Parts: sequence; C-alpha cells; structure tokens
Amino acid sequence: MSRTASPRVVIVGAGPAGIRAAAALVDAGLHPVVIDEGNRAGGQIYRRPPDGFVRTPEQLYGSEAAKARALHAVFDRLAADGRLIHCAGSSVIAMQEGRLHVLGEGGVQIVSYDRLILATGASDRVAPVPGWQSAGVYSLGAAQIALKAQGVALGRRIVLIGSGPLLTLVGAQLVEAGADVAAVLDTSPWHQQMRGFWKLAARPLVALRGLVLRAKLGRRYHAGVSLERIEADGQGVTAMCWRDAGGRQRFTPCDTIGMGWHLRAETHLADLAECAFIYDEQWQQWLPKIDEMGRAGNGVYLAGDGVRLVGADGAEIAGRLAAAACLADLGFSAPSIGADLRKLARLERFARGLACAFPWPAQMMQALPDDAVVCRCENVTAGAVRQSVDFCGGEANRVKSLSRVGMGRCQGRYCQLAAVELAAAQAGCTQDAIGRFRGQAPVRPAPIGAFLRED
Amino acid sequence: MITAGRIVRLAERDRAGVHFFFDGQIRRALEGDTVLTAMLASGHALRMSEFGPEPRAGFCLMGACQDCWVWQEEGPRLRACSSLITEGMRLSTTPPESWP
Repeated sequence: MSRTASPRVVIVGAGPAGIRAAAALVDAGLHPVVIDEGNRAGGQIYRRPPDGFVRTPEQLYGSEAAKARALHAVFDRLAADGRLIHCAGSSVIAMQEGRLHVLGEGGVQIVSYDRLILATGASDRVAPVPGWQSAGVYSLGAAQIALKAQGVALGRRIVLIGSGPLLTLVGAQLVEAGADVAAVLDTSPWHQQMRGFWKLAARPLVALRGLVLRAKLGRRYHAGVSLERIEADGQGVTAMCWRDAGGRQRFTPCDTIGMGWHLRAETHLADLAECAFIYDEQWQQWLPKIDEMGRAGNGVYLAGDGVRLVGADGAEIAGRLAAAACLADLGFSAPSIGADLRKLARLERFARGLACAFPWPAQMMQALPDDAVVCRCENVTAGAVRQSVDFCGGEANRVKSLSRVGMGRCQGRYCQLAAVELAAAQAGCTQDAIGRFRGQAPVRPAPIGAFLRED
Repeated sequence: MITAGRIVRLAERDRAGVHFFFDGQIRRALEGDTVLTAMLASGHALRMSEFGPEPRAGFCLMGACQDCWVWQEEGPRLRACSSLITEGMRLSTTPPESWP
C-alpha cells in the first residue's frame, strides 16, 4: 500500500504505550504521526535526561533499565529511518471533527487523523494537605523526575507523604542518590496493606522488589499516619506536622515535601474526543470506557495509564493491543493478541491489589478544615467548595462554575478528585452521583499569539 | 557566582557552565539544566502566587500543573520545568514593569 493512500493514524504520547503502538503500526506498513510533549521519546517513567548527561540507563532506571533501553532504541530507529513522524515538544490542546490543534514551538498547527490512539499517561493523584500551596511542596513524580532527568534533589531535607508504590520507590531512589530523606509517611495502615497483599502474588517478583525497597527506607518509613499540616514561612516549607499510627503528635522539620497517592489518569483528550466515562470504584476515579483492546468508539483508541492504571509493563501491552484493534478496524491483518490479553489481565489484577493496599485518603479530605486550599492554582478553599454545594447542590460542574475549583491553569488535574470528594460529603451523596468536571479546550495554556498566526 | 538555593545537585555535575540573569543578578547554571533547576539552584522561588501571599517553586515538573510559569524580562513567559536554560536568559520572579 502506498503511503499517500494509507490511512493517517495519530498517536498522542510517546511513553511505553505510544511507542509500542507506533511500532506495531509501522510493522503493518503504516506511517503514523506521534505527537509528544517530551523533547525525547520515553514518557515519564522512561524519561531521558537532556543531551550531555552521562548516567547509564542502569543508573537511571534500575531494574527496569533493559525495558527502557529497548523502548528508546525501537523509537529512535523508527524515527531515524523516517518510518514515523515525530512531533516532539508538542501538545494537543484541542480537537474537533478529526482535527487536532497541536501547539508547538511555531504556534498552533492542525493535524488531521483517520484514527486516533491516545496514550496520554497519568500524573500523580494528590490530596490537599493544609499548607500544600507553599513553595517546596511537590508531587512524588516531580521528585523522581528531578532526580532522573536533572540529577538533583528538590531540597536539602525531604519528607515524602502519601501512599502507593511510588512513595516507597521515590524514597528509596532519593536515599540511594544521597538525598536527605527525613521521613516517608504512608497514610495506609498495615492491616489495609495486608488486605491487598494477596492480590500482589500475581507478580511475586515485583512485590518482593517493593519489600526490598521498603527495607531500604528503614526507620524513616511510618505506616498508618494522619497528616495534619505543612508549616511554611515566607520562603517556603519549614516542617511537616503529623500523627503516627498510635495517635502521637509528630513534627518533622524539612524544606521539601513530595506527595502522591498513586496516579490519576490523564483523560482530558479522551473527554474532548467524546469518549464515554465510567466511575471505577477500585481506582476511585472516572475512567474512559473501552473494550478489552482499547477501543473507545468513533475511531479513537486508548492505551496505557491514561485509561487503566496498570503501569509501564501494562502500557506496553495495551499500546500493542490498541494498535492491533486499529489495524483490524482499518482492514489490515492484525498481529495475534491472545497472549497479550492474558498478560494484561494478570497485570491488572496486581494493579487492583495495589489500589486496595494503598487507598485514596477519602476521610482525610472530608475532614479538611474550611481554610485549607483545595485548588492550588487559584487558592480556592475547602470552605468555598462546601459553600458552593449549599448554594447550587451536589453536581460537579455547578460546584466548579460557582467556586472556580478546577478552573485554574491546571484545569482541575490536581484538585478535581479532592473537590468532588468534598462536594459529595457536603451533599451527602457518592462521588459517582456527583459527576466529574467536563474537560475543556485548550487543555494546556496557550499564548493568544499562537492562534493569531493560524489562518 | 553560585548562590545556595533550594535544589541540591547530586549527580551530573561535570557539565559546562551557562550564565543567566535572575531578578537582574548574574547567576551560573549548567548546560542541560531546565529553567526550574537553574533558578532553584540559585534561589528559593520561581514566582509569587497571584491568589495568595506565598511564593511558588513548581509542583509536578511534567508540564501538567502550570505552577512554574516564569517571567522573562522581554515579556513572554516560560514553563520553567520544560524549558532549558540558555546563555544570557533574563528571568524574573515578578512581572515586567510594562505589565498592566
């Protein structure tokens, strides 16, 4: 089939899912377009430092170095051979009727597609803690990116808070790199961690690796804590105030906090593509609806952590599956998928075990004092969110318009789950009933000049 | 000159130097530093919040939270976590005087 006649498939995201999807499409003779915000392909988990950095993949990615090497090599070869078009440093900010608005260095360009594969990944799922608007509070992912892509620690004395695999992993990586980690505070109590543990037997080696990392943290690690507040002065964070599992008040001086409770799927583009969403009780967030291959309908396919929070290995498989579905729907012969489907099911069992062992701190959020900031972009408080429910009832988008929570620059990425939790508690209903914030274009801030250059 | 800032360099310290201006003062960073790394290796904040009294120093480092937009003296803002520092860049924690 000649290239000009072949259908245009656009992939958004060049992490594990996007790279595997691109490779599968190229194998079938297609010439996909890959749009990615990163300057170099790899995504966040296999993110590569800028040119001129010298640490090896073994130093950067530890036990996952071979996977990172393989993914980078596959993508670099396809790009160098001209088998795909790589739009690096570019964001899809809007879409309409098969046309993507892509913001890059030269302004906004229109890219049309016949089929769209969204592999947009995830970001940290964060919960507000009083004081978290202070300078020196970061996501756990940020602490890891700083270390991996820049070789730096974000502060001189670091406290990590939250729950989930990344909490332990980032803690161990920082300690190993020589950072001063004062404490690692897990809101999940031991008995809860044990409850999810049997499901983790689906990947015994990964579970074991987690225990080894946990051991590296030693006495820094505390399970079942309650987080009270982050203290700060005019320069930024000065201490973390918390209670241990026995209820004793603790005070840990520090200048930096890293926080996160697993991941939140990045679903803004799926929303603009008019995918249906369902509330997932276990992951406690709204996720786009797909079939087992990743089909979302209307020629849109989803893969990776942007739709199911299964992690990097699962994302590679899901990328291949989405490409296979896309190829089959276009009438191409698709690669066989039986083994991939079975592997993905096993990885999903494991991921759901993690979600059970390290849950989202719903009660902590419901107990937030009224003056605590929920939206970090515009300092909208918990009190303002609660008050808006009293005025307009328990519906997510009315709460959003009235209180402005979720209308700041991040478009609700970091406040929406907490805001909806607070609103549901105030209205006396479930998160499922209160709904979710509608995604709106542009999904990234764009200078007006970028649009003026467009004809 | 190198001024103690928020960030601690743990690895990759043998890169060439780059000079930039931070609130009018000349500062040194390393080639391959992001604007965020460069500014926070010298200082404690990137900007002041428009909605509260506190300074801000970035949050997600992956281009999602938009907390790290910083001013350049000549006008346009930069997302500090995803822009690399370049020689002679003039960065500022406050808006230019011409900003309304």
